[in-house]
Amino acid sequence: MNSSKVRPSWVVIVLIVFTIILISVSYSFDSKAIVPGGDTLKSTQKTNSKSFAEFKNAQENESCLKCHGQSKYSYENNESGKQVFKRMYSELILTRTIFYESNHRNFKCIDCHSEDYKTFPHAGNLRMASKPNCLDCHGGDEMYAKYHFENIEKEFQESVHSEKHSQDFTCWMCHNGHTYKINARTNENIKQTIIYDNAICLTCHGDITKYQLLTDKENPNLIKKHEWLPNQQLHFKSVRCIECHTKKINDSTLVGHNIRPKAEAVKKCEECHSSNSVLLAALYKYKIRETRNAKGFFTGIITSNSYVIGANRNYYLNLLSLIIVGFVVAGIVIHTVFRMLK
Amino acid sequence: MSAEKLYLYPVWIRLWHLVNALFCLSLIMTGISMQFSNPLVPMIRFDIAVSIHNITGILLSINYIGFLLGNLFTGNGRNYKMAFPGLSTRLKSQFHYYIKGIFTGDLPPFPISIEKKFNPLQQFSYVVIMYVSVPVLLVTGWSLMYPEVIPTRFLSTSGLHLTDLLHILIGFIISLFMFVHIYFCTIGKTTVSNFMSIINGYHETH
Repeated sequence: MNSSKVRPSWVVIVLIVFTIILISVSYSFDSKAIVPGGDTLKSTQKTNSKSFAEFKNAQENESCLKCHGQSKYSYENNESGKQVFKRMYSELILTRTIFYESNHRNFKCIDCHSEDYKTFPHAGNLRMASKPNCLDCHGGDEMYAKYHFENIEKEFQESVHSEKHSQDFTCWMCHNGHTYKINARTNENIKQTIIYDNAICLTCHGDITKYQLLTDKENPNLIKKHEWLPNQQLHFKSVRCIECHTKKINDSTLVGHNIRPKAEAVKKCEECHSSNSVLLAALYKYKIRETRNAKGFFTGIITSNSYVIGANRNYYLNLLSLIIVGFVVAGIVIHTVFRMLK
Repeated sequence: MSAEKLYLYPVWIRLWHLVNALFCLSLIMTGISMQFSNPLVPMIRFDIAVSIHNITGILLSINYIGFLLGNLFTGNGRNYKMAFPGLSTRLKSQFHYYIKGIFTGDLPPFPISIEKKFNPLQQFSYVVIMYVSVPVLLVTGWSLMYPEVIPTRFLSTSGLHLTDLLHILIGFIISLFMFVHIYFCTIGKTTVSNFMSIINGYHETH
């Protein structure tokens, strides 16, 4: 008779477990449904669907891109009268799709390059001309004030890149004016931003040929150098290099430019895995604030004070745990004293 | 009542308990070291602490399976079967003994016997630790070693954060339990008699 009797407490427990499973499943589906990169993908599709000719100055740029837009070009040899086909040097190729998605897509080539390039074959001395830097156009311009180019320049001047390589290290080393696309501010998908930003570092630090343009040193093996890092792969996927390798990022520039020597890199877990995290200082601070605004205060509190892999430095939780330990120890001591006195 | 020796802890329980204690100590120490990690003044160097914590965690899981199987096949499991009716009364009674009766020379309300080797408070706390806390600790610990199994979002916050929070909270509770457990072991016939019991298997009654 007893076996057929179901305790009400079991029903409650089963219901609670079922509800938790249901909520977690629904959230995991939700997070898949609102892939934040959706906007970026849409914008890419939009750009792609727009024919190149629709871009301002595209027609004029075609006179350059008809040769520099692909891996081969042709010209007529004046002496033999024959059409000659040549391979384009890979560094001089500018893919149209990438250029017309970049921030400078509405530029004319000759806005930055000499008009003399209109003549073919190009004069040899043209390549000796210095390239414009970001500040040459963006410095002191009200329109670009929100990007804080001056701060970026100042941070860069203090960085190890500037100290070690002086004039040789220009904005171009990391930001190709032909392909650069603003990312951290516009892309809602953190993972994509991380991949994009880390790819910039890996252009040199993952490619010995480019790395040795500025030094004769061996390119350090990044995997080995980061062997001390727990869950290395996960960190590489989820954290930007600059998060640990730049000096305190200020909130206005989302990407730190003061790259510090390796001895100054962040190595303490709690600098990231705590409420006063360096991650929260910039990109994550911005993203988490956005999430908090969207998802409410309570969730925001949990997100900003949570910790991962035993590095919590949440003041209140630490205090609470100390108080509890204090009570337990005090209880034991008092009990011991009474036992001795009895 | 004359002193009596009860054989309460067979060899497998003593071995399991010894191994469990050593693993728990190692996990607590490495856990605290990671929690308050600082490369300048490391209690245990971080990477070493992580490795020890992970390896010991895996070994503890295996030892826990041994505990479950032992309880299943030797009848030791009956000591963990709590009867719910009257539980709170029994807990209160044992609690009163610890805060009052023990000082006034009262006899323990639930004397230890071969059939009932745990008093109600012991039984309750052991069940909460071994059948609730440790499983949660092991599941969250394994999940942190394989973070891809953790849902990205859970209750609208990071699944990884919640898993870690739970792991550390339970770890903290078990650390507290360890203190209390060791202290309560001093309440035997003599201060050391209960420690001897878990070494030689014989419990000395008052």
